[in-house]
Amino acid sequence: MKQGPAGWMVNKLLPVATVVAIIVLLWYVLAVALNWAQVSERLAKESDNPPVSAIVAGTWEMERPVLPAPHQIAAEFSKTVFETRVTAKRSLVYHAGVTASATLLGFALGAVLGIVLAIGIVHLKVLDRSLMPWIIASQTVPILAIAPMIIVVLGNVGLTGLVPKSIISMYLCFFPVAIGMVKGLRSPDPMQLDLMRSYNASAAQILWKLRLPASVPFLFASLKVAVAISLTGAIVGELPTGASAGLGARLLSGSYYGQTVQIWSALFMAAFLGMVLVYSIGGIERLTLGARGQAAGAR
Amino acid sequence: MTSLPPREAAAERGTLMSVADTVIDVRDLGLVFETPDAPVEALKDINLQIRRGEFVTFIGPSGCGKTTLMRIIADLEQPTSGTVTVNGVSPHEARLQRAYGYIFQAAALYPWRNIQKNVELPHEIMGVSKAERAEKARRYLDLVGLKGFEKKFPFQLSGGMQQRASIARALSFDPDLLLMDEPFGALDEITRDRMNEELLRIWHETKKTVIFVTHSIDEAVLLSTRIVIMSARPGRIVEVIDSDLPAERNLETRESPVAQQLAHRIRLGLKAGHSYDEVR
Repeated sequence: MKQGPAGWMVNKLLPVATVVAIIVLLWYVLAVALNWAQVSERLAKESDNPPVSAIVAGTWEMERPVLPAPHQIAAEFSKTVFETRVTAKRSLVYHAGVTASATLLGFALGAVLGIVLAIGIVHLKVLDRSLMPWIIASQTVPILAIAPMIIVVLGNVGLTGLVPKSIISMYLCFFPVAIGMVKGLRSPDPMQLDLMRSYNASAAQILWKLRLPASVPFLFASLKVAVAISLTGAIVGELPTGASAGLGARLLSGSYYGQTVQIWSALFMAAFLGMVLVYSIGGIERLTLGARGQAAGAR
Repeated sequence: MTSLPPREAAAERGTLMSVADTVIDVRDLGLVFETPDAPVEALKDINLQIRRGEFVTFIGPSGCGKTTLMRIIADLEQPTSGTVTVNGVSPHEARLQRAYGYIFQAAALYPWRNIQKNVELPHEIMGVSKAERAEKARRYLDLVGLKGFEKKFPFQLSGGMQQRASIARALSFDPDLLLMDEPFGALDEITRDRMNEELLRIWHETKKTVIFVTHSIDEAVLLSTRIVIMSARPGRIVEVIDSDLPAERNLETRESPVAQQLAHRIRLGLKAGHSYDEVR
């Protein structure tokens, strides 16, 4: 659908802006409610009957609030993103970069593993029967329980830093790719397969010229899910190691010192990073599928 | 007699046609599907010989096994009894030699390839050089009237044009035998008429042997040199009619008394096979 800039404002921007405004408003109200007890207690020590307006103002200005107000998070975010050198340890961009590199490595490994597993499962009945239950079982184990084990085991063989985090990401994100790709590789209809048989095509030719191209729309749908949980995996991987860098480390140190503002700005950075990653995949998808008129209508 | 080579054996039997001209030879063919309730006889006692250059139509009601018979000839289905030879060898060997082009009920184009690349597909698989397959694709797209649509994707073409592209794809690697499974069944009648005319022209130009599955009496009359009438439960051949229509035909030929007479005979044959009875 073609639309002018004004149409874009009304159709795209307005709904988003409305939702953001409502959330921010509720957030301020919630901050007052959650921080009220602490602030009123502190102010009561100073004067007998603190005015309500002073308490409300105080709930939005606390050093270590239960729930920081949006402008506090925005200030911290802007300070650590825009006013700090990106190479500095206090820069949120630096930490996001550390997490992003683990995410992307884990995502790449997981995507390759998922695709390879799917190809095996589609071609060999034995693998279909033997692997599928294990693949499903692997995802029923809580990642928080298994992540420290992976870190410890890999640490023992001398792998620290980026690789163990990526392995945890991979462990999470190969699953949607494998499931999506099995479906995608099986998506050609019988006629398209019969056509290949009538040409006496080899299994490899059927894979390259029919099954893989047919699975591309399925692949992108899976990759969007995979990259998002790959990010979760990388952050979770940073928690049990006491890692010194990364968004997970930022969350951990924030919780040690009660720095809720720091935690929230790290969370926003994680959400932002996740959005960038998912939309990047969506962009590549549109470029790939758009060229052949197969673009999925909705994102 | 088993020791005699085919040609002499045929002479021995006093067959009029030369065996070298027999493209398809189906003898005592049967196919039984095992289903949970009871075995279903999809095909029974099928005997049929098809000569080079013939246009043979299989016609019959749904479930008479006409598509199944063609799929057996194409080695896409296996019979449970009897023998089939294609060009003197088994259907399997014939498929390995890429002896036939198969045209399906739907165009079965690959949506991620443009029309040119779709027609090049069989050549890619057969290892034809890039220049040669591009040239062949262009030539056959021209033949089916799709010149100028090479770069279009299937979704940009009408159903009729898509099916033409699929015909170009089947013709382009020059198989002697074309197997067409209700290729125009999904098209509207006007498009179907045009496609029938084009097919007649292509058949005259290329001199292929064609097996054509349909349930349209009109189509069978217009196109065929021979019409095989089949009936269901069990799938069997009721009658084989030689067409006495002239070789040169067009859509108006259907209106001629000879064609009317032929259509009437087909209807009688279908009736004899209980094709018009209420399905039990």
